Amino acid sequence: MASSIRVRATSNGDTTEVQALIQHPMDSGFVKDAKGEIIPPHFIQVLTFEYDGKPVFVADWGGGVSKDPYVKFAFKGGKKGDDLKVSWVDNKGATDTTTAKIQ
Amino acid sequence: MSITTSELLANRRLVLKGAGVAALIGLGVIPFDLPQALAAANDKYPEEAFKQKNEADAIKALYGKTAEPSDKVKMDAPEIAENGAVVPISATTTLADVTSISFLVSENPISLIASYKIPAGTLPSVANRIKMAKTSNVTVIVEAGGKLYSASKEIKVTVGGCGG
Repeated sequence: MASSIRVRATSNGDTTEVQALIQHPMDSGFVKDAKGEIIPPHFIQVLTFEYDGKPVFVADWGGGVSKDPYVKFAFKGGKKGDDLKVSWVDNKGATDTTTAKIQ
Repeated sequence: MSITTSELLANRRLVLKGAGVAALIGLGVIPFDLPQALAAANDKYPEEAFKQKNEADAIKALYGKTAEPSDKVKMDAPEIAENGAVVPISATTTLADVTSISFLVSENPISLIASYKIPAGTLPSVANRIKMAKTSNVTVIVEAGGKLYSASKEIKVTVGGCGG
């Protein structure tokens, strides 16, 4: 299966800007389906970005984050060609991980 | 019939997994006995804060203190969100020593949307997309130098993000 995570990390020499888009329903547990039944909560809880073995950004999410979540941040350092590791875990214990090259 | 090696290995793995889970449960219990500073430093998902319905309770559960408004916290958000299911919001600050940035929507069923940990070397600026049930105040909390600073803005929602 293709990865649920799409990442673009670009370095301008001093800082690395990271944008990530993840495919996930992010069901809050407050929405009803067409039959009027509650769609149970299903959302990413923790999203971690690691560079050089250290976390550079950690997102703790609730069900209030939009479906197919997007996040953008930047960190100092990061060289072109280096790896940025991205991983998430949701409230059902599912996980996904990908590694992106900094451009 | 004798037990094959692979079966033995599978069992061994199960036992290891079980031990891991037990260790995690153990860890989950310990922080209640630790000083607040230590609890704040650990990387555990803030389960309790994400259960609070009310904004003040969520901030208390997340940080254990209250925030003061600051013009150094800048929020970039639309005045009117046509679609409450996807409201783009970003926050940035000129404050130094920022350790986390959180987003809260006071009128949502669960107020806390997201909390971002900002390690040293990461810029105190985050953009994301959130859901809004209806017109509400949106608050950004910035934790800097152990203190909390906030900025709020009302965003009008024409179509809620929690309907069918």
